[in-house]
This record gives sequence, structure tokens and C-alpha cells, in this order.
Amino acid sequence: MNACDSALGKKDLIRLFNSMLRIRLVEEEIAEYYPEQEMRCPVHLSIGQEAVAVGVCSNLTREDYVLSSHRSHSYYLAKGGDFTAMISEIYGKADGCTRGKGGSMHLLDLSVGFLGAIPIVSSAIPIAAGVAFGTIMKGEKRITTVFFGDGAIEEGVFHETLNFAALKKLPLLFVCENNYYSVYSPLSVRQPSNREIVSIARGHGVESYQGDGNNVLDVYHLTKNAINRLHRGEGPIFLEFKTYRWREHCGPYYDNNIGYRTEDEFLSWRERCPIELFKQYLIQQKVIQSNMVEDISKKIKCDIKTAFEKAKKGDFPNKKELFKDIYAK
Amino acid sequence: MGNREIKYFEAIREAIDLSMQNDPSVYVMGLGVPDPKGIFGTTIGLQNKYGSQRVMDMPCSENGMTGVAIGSALVGMRPIMTHQRVDFAILAMEQIVNQAAKWHYMFAGQLNVPLVIRLIIGRGWGQGPQHSQSLESWFAHIPGLKVVMPTTPYDAKGLLISSIEDNNPVIFIEHRWLHTISGHVPEKMYRVPIGKPKIVRKGNDITIVATSLMTIEALRAQEFLVGIGIETEVIDLRTLRPLDDTPIISSVKKTGRLLVVDNGWKSFGIGAEIVARVTEKGFSHLLTAPQRIGLPEVPTPTSPALTNHFYPHVEDIIRAVLEMLKRDSRSISIPKLHEGPLDIPDMNFTGPF
Repeated sequence: MNACDSALGKKDLIRLFNSMLRIRLVEEEIAEYYPEQEMRCPVHLSIGQEAVAVGVCSNLTREDYVLSSHRSHSYYLAKGGDFTAMISEIYGKADGCTRGKGGSMHLLDLSVGFLGAIPIVSSAIPIAAGVAFGTIMKGEKRITTVFFGDGAIEEGVFHETLNFAALKKLPLLFVCENNYYSVYSPLSVRQPSNREIVSIARGHGVESYQGDGNNVLDVYHLTKNAINRLHRGEGPIFLEFKTYRWREHCGPYYDNNIGYRTEDEFLSWRERCPIELFKQYLIQQKVIQSNMVEDISKKIKCDIKTAFEKAKKGDFPNKKELFKDIYAK
Repeated sequence: MGNREIKYFEAIREAIDLSMQNDPSVYVMGLGVPDPKGIFGTTIGLQNKYGSQRVMDMPCSENGMTGVAIGSALVGMRPIMTHQRVDFAILAMEQIVNQAAKWHYMFAGQLNVPLVIRLIIGRGWGQGPQHSQSLESWFAHIPGLKVVMPTTPYDAKGLLISSIEDNNPVIFIEHRWLHTISGHVPEKMYRVPIGKPKIVRKGNDITIVATSLMTIEALRAQEFLVGIGIETEVIDLRTLRPLDDTPIISSVKKTGRLLVVDNGWKSFGIGAEIVARVTEKGFSHLLTAPQRIGLPEVPTPTSPALTNHFYPHVEDIIRAVLEMLKRDSRSISIPKLHEGPLDIPDMNFTGPF
């Protein structure tokens, strides 16, 4: 951990920790209950990648907008999305954040500026640019952030959007969470080895930085600088954070045994668990003591239990819901 | 003033102009929108009046820019996106079908996408396989989209204003052969409701349902047929989705016969949908099997010699009607009603684009 966190007070540091731990524990609970087959939609867990969502979103205000890809829980939660509504949505219930229409891959919470997650690779990127463009046209001072994975870099609209964002100097923050895999396909079979992802964004004239996606402070500080620049209207910023997905692409399990990656590779990344690293740092800096971690964890687990109970007991949407909201009035 | 006549392309421009005057959130984007040709004249002068932020050219990024239009619509703008050909919008099918059509429904009504996408069918002068397709049925297949296809200058203006004011994504399809037709268009802001077909000629013997340019062809057929004692009811569909089939079913109940004249390919097209609905809902009223006229099952050819065999026209409609009414077409001489080859609307049309 670098120590350039002078801007962060004790409370802020604990908030970062709390936010990451919450995402981890929520997703572990999803993984725990998923085999019951009551959550009948695909889930893409971000366990191991929590630092990116948290480090970025802690720099944003409620008025700022976030859009994301399908690995959406971490972004939604880090932006302050209603946690109970998310669990209910995954259970397909009427009080879910999109009333059972969207599920895990289509989360939304307008009250905190989480403007939508969508699972078509790269497709949220131009829409986020449009949101940023709309805010400029309306004379609003908001930042729009879009999260996506390394696969998105291979889609046409990614390049189309970089070009347009640079052209119009959009207040848009591109955040690439590079976890080295698109489902089972490694980066090595999808992108040339002698080219870094950030160099593509630079090629489009977008200022770009790379950071350690497992180091929440690194993510936080890179984002903070980016946000300042975005507020000055100097054009979009691209951030790439390298990190690693611990579990299978889609679903609750570990899948190192099926042959597309090695157990050793996974273990080396788990050694660098973003939450554990930050915890050790906070203890070493005397920001927290180990027993405090237990308390934080207990409190989160209690909230999680309540949310899952509510979601499981909740009503399913009725047939009327199927025919609602086809068209806006 | 009450009888002012203008051309279809002028009616389109007037609808955009009035809508932009009326609502500062309306903006126009598209490749070539502010160029000297101004999308066949439909956007000429708008940039001078409203500035380059509200009337903007764009990168050659149809899919990405559709996403940009959608994103801006989500936060309260009303984009009018314009493509010079239907074919170019195929690059943006992902954003149109997966995104624009879905956001309102999949987010349970919490977000709207008020977006108009203007598409122009580029038939003629050898535009060929990739510059002249009429793919309205692709869009009409998708719940969440609205698809309109006006025939007259009056409807073009009124339907475009309704489309711009609509809180949903609307695919607005113009046939470029209609751009130069003239008709009565009031100067004021007025609306033609989306979702309402129009009975343009009343008759008791046969119902012809048509869209866009094919409505004009159907009307020419109607004129000839009335001279030989056949009364044709002509319905201009105007809106493909949401489709109001009530006037069509009522008409067929009266005439017992249905002919659909489609701008696009016959198989899986609008004609197929209309025939299916009439068969489902009005089967007992049918005196003969419903028929369709549409494009043959080949891509659009380029050579004028081949297009002459490709596009159906007024004479095909007349022949189909005579056959359905069991009139001997050999005893009736059908005049040559189309002037010149079928790759131009009239002799004034000289290409090159």
C-alpha cells in the first residue's frame, strides 16, 4: 500500500473498508444461497475485484451518474444502491429494484445515480457517453462513470465512444476492470500481448492511467485526480485497473478445476486479496484493530440476513406486471 | 393559407423546425445533417437557425452514436437521429433493439428513451443491394419500438411531430420517392396520432392495405379500377407498431377480400402480419384467399434492366385485384401507368445518390 492517503481521514478509510467488505459478504451470501435455485437469473460475482468499484465510487457524489456492465453488484452497492431492492431483484420479486423485469444483470437505482447495468459487452459505454453529453447540453455539472471489463475493448462501440468522447471533451470517466478473462477466454487469445489496453485509449487522444485494481488506495487516488480533471472540463479520462475474478464467470462456484486457468494463478491473486491487503494496512497504520473488523463484519452480516429474509418472503410480481411499461406515456 | 401545398421533404423540415422551436431539448444528429445537401433538403437551414450543438454532424459511428442518442434521451434530451439510408442503421441494430427498445420495460418504467430515428429508403438509380432496402418489418418485430411510415406530406409533418413528442423510441421511415410529392400541409404545429391507419379511399369490393410509396401505387390502381367498375377501399397503414388492425378487419368484413401491398420483401413482412391478423379475426368474412404483393426473394439488384423485374408496381396491383375478383384480365387492357424505368420515380430523377 502506498501512503499517499493524507487526504483520507480515519473515517474515510474505514468507510472504504466497510464498503468493500460489504460487497464481499453480500456476494458470498449470494453464492451460499444460489444453489437453492431460488435466484433464477445469472449472477456475475465480483469477489476479488471489490477495490475498483469502491475506490472509484467513493470519489463520486450522489448526483454523479454510473453505468456498468453485467458484473454489476459491486458498482451498484458502491454507488449506494438500495441493497435490499437488489437482493429482491435477484430473487425476481415485485419489490426488486426493477420489479423483476431486470434481475442481477439489469440493476438500477435512480435515487443514487446508478443509471443502469447492462450485459451486452461494451453497450453501456456509448450510452454513458450520451448521458455525459446530455448533462453538458443541459448545463449540468455532473460526472458520468462507466465500468466495463477487458472484453469490452474488443467491441466496436468502445472505439466509437472513445473517439466521440475525445471529440466532445465529455465529462466521462472510463473504468476498465481488467480481470484477464472474458468468460473462459484469456486475454492472450483475444488481444495482442505487446499492447496495453490504456494505449488504445491514448491513441484516441484520451488521457489514460493504469493502476493496481487490488489496491483500493491506488484506485481511490487515481480516480480522485481524474475527477478533478473532469470537473475542469478537460475531456474524458480512461483508467485501467488490473485485478482478478476469483469465482466462475457466471454463478456461485470456483472453477479452477475445469482447465481454463490454473489453481496457482488463482492462489497468487488470492494472496493479494484487496480486502485483506487493506485490512493489514489499516491495522498497521493503527486506523483499526482486528476486533473492530469482527464488529464491522457482524453488523454487515446482520443487514444481509434481514435483506435475504425480506427478499425470500417477498411477493412475486403478478401477471399485470408482464404487460406494464411496454411504452412510456 | 388554408390550402398551402408543400413537398414532403419540406413538411419534414417544418416538423423538425417547429419542434425545435417548441422544445429546447430537441436536437438533431446524423451524418451530413448540416451539409449543403441537408439530408435531401430535410435539414437545410436548421443549423443556421439553432446552432451546431442542436443540429450536429456526427462521426461515422452509427452504433456508438445511437448509444449516445439513447444516453442523452435518458437524461431528458429528445434526439432526432437521421440516417440517409435504412441500410446504414443496420450497424446500430444492437443499440436500437437491445437498448432503445428495452430500457423502459426492463427498468420497470423508471427511465424513458424519447428518441426518433429517421431512416430513408433509398430506392432507385442503381442504389442496389446495400443502399435501398426497406426493412421496416425488422423494426416492427420488436416490442418497445414504435414504427411509423407516412405516405403524404400532411402525415409526414403530423407524425414526425408526434414522434418527437413521444416518450418512446420511434423508427420514422421515409421513402425518398415520396420526398418530392406535394400536398396540403398546414403551417401550424399539428399532430397525427401514432397507431392509427387511415382509410384513404372507400370502396366495397376489395380492401387494399399498403404502406408508404405502395399506398401511392395502390391509389393509382384504385383510380384505374374504379373506371372499370371495381370499388377499392385503400388503407394507408401509417403506423406498423403499435398496429391497430381494427379498421382493416372492419373493412374486410365489408369487402370480403384483402390484398396487402408491401414495400419490403414478401416473406415474413408486413403483408404476412396483416394477412395473418385478418385470417385470425375475420376468417368467416373472407370470400377469397388474402393475397400479398411484395419484393421477390432476391437481394435488390442494381442494373435498371433488373430493377424493372424486381419492383412491383401499379400494374401488378391491378392484375392481382382482377384475379381476386375473378375478372378476366385478358379482356381488360391495362395501360402502362409507370412512366419510364422502375429505378426512378419520374423523368426528373437523375441520381447519382
